[in-house]
Amino acid sequence: MKKVLELKSVHTYYGHIHALKGVSLEVREGEIVTLIGANGAGKTTTLRTISGMVAPREGEIIFEGQRVNHLPAYEIVKRGIGHVPEGRRIFPRLTVEENLEIGAYLTNDRQAVAERKAEVFDLFPRLAERRRQLGGTLSGGEQQMLAIGRALMQDPRILLLDEPSMGLAPVLVDAIFEIIVELNKRGKTILLVEQNALLALKVAHRGYVLQTGEITLEGPAEELARNEEVKKAYLGG
Amino acid sequence: MFEVLISLLPSVLLEGLILGFVYAMIALGYTMVYGVLELINFAHSEIFMSGAVAGAETFILLKGTIANPYLLLLVAIIIGGAVAAFVSVSVERLAYRPLRKRGTTNRLVPLITAIGASFFLQDLVRLIEGLWNNAFYRRYPTFDAFERTYNLPVWLGDIVIILSLFTFFFAIVYLIYWVGVRLARAKQKRPTRNTLYALSGLSILFTVLFSLKYREVLTTDMGLSIQMKSLLVIVVSLAMLFGLNWLVNKTKLGVAIRAVAQDAQTASLMGINPDVIISRTFLIGGFLGGVAGVLFGLLYTLVHPYVGFIPGIKAFTAAVLGGIGNITGAAVGGLVLGMLEMLGGTYLTFLTNGAMGTEYKDILAFVILILILLFRPQGILGQQVGEKV
Repeated sequence: MKKVLELKSVHTYYGHIHALKGVSLEVREGEIVTLIGANGAGKTTTLRTISGMVAPREGEIIFEGQRVNHLPAYEIVKRGIGHVPEGRRIFPRLTVEENLEIGAYLTNDRQAVAERKAEVFDLFPRLAERRRQLGGTLSGGEQQMLAIGRALMQDPRILLLDEPSMGLAPVLVDAIFEIIVELNKRGKTILLVEQNALLALKVAHRGYVLQTGEITLEGPAEELARNEEVKKAYLGG
Repeated sequence: MFEVLISLLPSVLLEGLILGFVYAMIALGYTMVYGVLELINFAHSEIFMSGAVAGAETFILLKGTIANPYLLLLVAIIIGGAVAAFVSVSVERLAYRPLRKRGTTNRLVPLITAIGASFFLQDLVRLIEGLWNNAFYRRYPTFDAFERTYNLPVWLGDIVIILSLFTFFFAIVYLIYWVGVRLARAKQKRPTRNTLYALSGLSILFTVLFSLKYREVLTTDMGLSIQMKSLLVIVVSLAMLFGLNWLVNKTKLGVAIRAVAQDAQTASLMGINPDVIISRTFLIGGFLGGVAGVLFGLLYTLVHPYVGFIPGIKAFTAAVLGGIGNITGAAVGGLVLGMLEMLGGTYLTFLTNGAMGTEYKDILAFVILILILLFRPQGILGQQVGEKV
C-alpha cells in the first residue's frame, strides 16, 4: 500500500538534549500505526517533529512523496497533517463551535466547513449539545473530543494523536478508542502515540516501540502484543 | 457655593466623557497588542502621534482642494489611520519580531525596545517635519462647521448626566470594594455575578439620590451644549468600539486573533501563521490609534512630535484601569479616567482652597494607575482577549 508518511533517521534536539536519535518509521494509507514507549522516550517529540513544532536537526520527513522537514507548522498543516497535541490544547476561551471553526482556518469554502462541522457533531453528539460553551468549561473527555474534532475540521490526510487517553476515566477511554477505530474505518490514516500500550496495540495494525529516542522494536500489532519484552516492559507482565 | 459647584457638574461630566472617548480610542491599541503578545507597546503613543501629525498635514495640504470639511475630515482620518497603521506594523516587523524570533524570554527586553522605538519615532517625525516645514509644531485648521455648538435636547442631556453619574459612582464603589477585599486579604479572585449586581445596585441608588437631591441645579434652563467636533469624537469612537468588538468576536480574523492570544503554538497547528496575525493586530491597533490622533488634533488643534506622550500614558492607564487585554474594559477605563480627570481639573482648586490648581489634574491619572496596580492589577473588567492558561 502507498506510504503516506515516512521518517528517515530523524534526529531532534531540545537545546543540548538529544531527544530523537535517528527515528525511522512509516505509515501507509489506511493504517492505524501506534508508537508506544515509556515516559520521556520521545513519543511526543516524534509527533512534534512531524508537525513542525520542533525542527529536526538531521534526517528526512517525507509526506506523500515530498520533504516537509524544515517547513513551519502552519505550512505542514496545509499539506494535510492534522495533529491532536498532548494535553489536548483546546482554546479555553473560544466556544466549542469557534474551536471547530478555527480548526478549518485554511478552508474558505463555508459549505465545506458546515459539512465537516455536521460530521464532527455526528461523531460527537456531546459537542453539538455544548456548541456555545467555552472550551475551557468542558470536561476532560469532552475536551479530547473537541481536540480530535478540531483536527478533523482540516480534513487531514493523516491524523497524529498524542495520548488521547491521558487523564480520562476508563469509560471515556473506551469511547475515544471506538471513535479512533471508526475514523479509521471511514478511511483516515492514523498515527497514534499512547502510554496505554495494551489498548493501542489492540486497535492498531502495526506498532513501533520507542526507547530513549530510538526505535527498538517494530512489527504487526498482534506480534508486538505477544512479544515477551514488550509484555514485560509495557503491558504489565 | 456647593450648589454652584454642582451646577457645573453636567458640563464637566460631558467634557470628561469626550476626553474619555479620546483615551478609549488610544487604549484600544494598547489593549489589543497586550492581549495577543502580553507586551505593553509603549510605542503606541508615538503611533498615535504619527496619525495626528499626518492628519494635520493632510488638512493643511488639502484645505484649498476639498471644500467640504466633513469630506476633508474623512480623508484626513483615512490618511492619518493609514500612516499610523504603517508605522505600527513597521515597529512590530523591525523591532519586536526579531526579538521574538530570537526567543527572548525576558519580558523587560521588548519593553525597553518599545520605549526605544518610542524615542526613535519622536525624533524621526521631528526630523521629517523639520526638513519639510522647517518647524515641527503643526496646527489643525479650524472650521466653522466643527466649532458650531449645538444644544442637546433636555432628555438627552439628562441621559448623558445620569449615565455619567452612574459610571462615576460605579467606578468609585467598585474601587472601594476591591481595596476593601485586598485589605481584608480575602481569597476571592474575581467578583461573582451577585457582587456585581450589588455594586451596580448601590451605584444606581447613589445616582438616583444624587440626581434627586440636586435636580434643580443639575438641569439648567440652558441645557447641555456640545460642539460639533466633540460630537464627531463620540460618534467615531463609538463606531470604532463596536466595529472592533464585531471584528474580534464575529469574524474569522477575530477568532484567529483570539486563538493566537490564547495559545500561539497550537494556533499554528491550525494552519495559522502567528506572525501574520500579530502583524494584523498591530495594523488594526495602529489604524485606530491614528484615527484617534486625527480627532485629538481636531479637538486640541496643536500637534507636534511629542504630543503623544501624555495622552498615550493616560490611555495606558485607562487600559489598565478597565483591565488590559479587554476591549470593553479599555472603553470603560477611558471614560472613567476622562471623567475623573475633568472633575479633578475643575474641583481641585475648590477642594484644596486654591492650593492645587487645574495643573494637578494629570497627577490624578497616575495616582489612579498606582492604586489600580496595587489593589486590582487586572482592572475593572479583568482580562478577556488573552488570558493565558
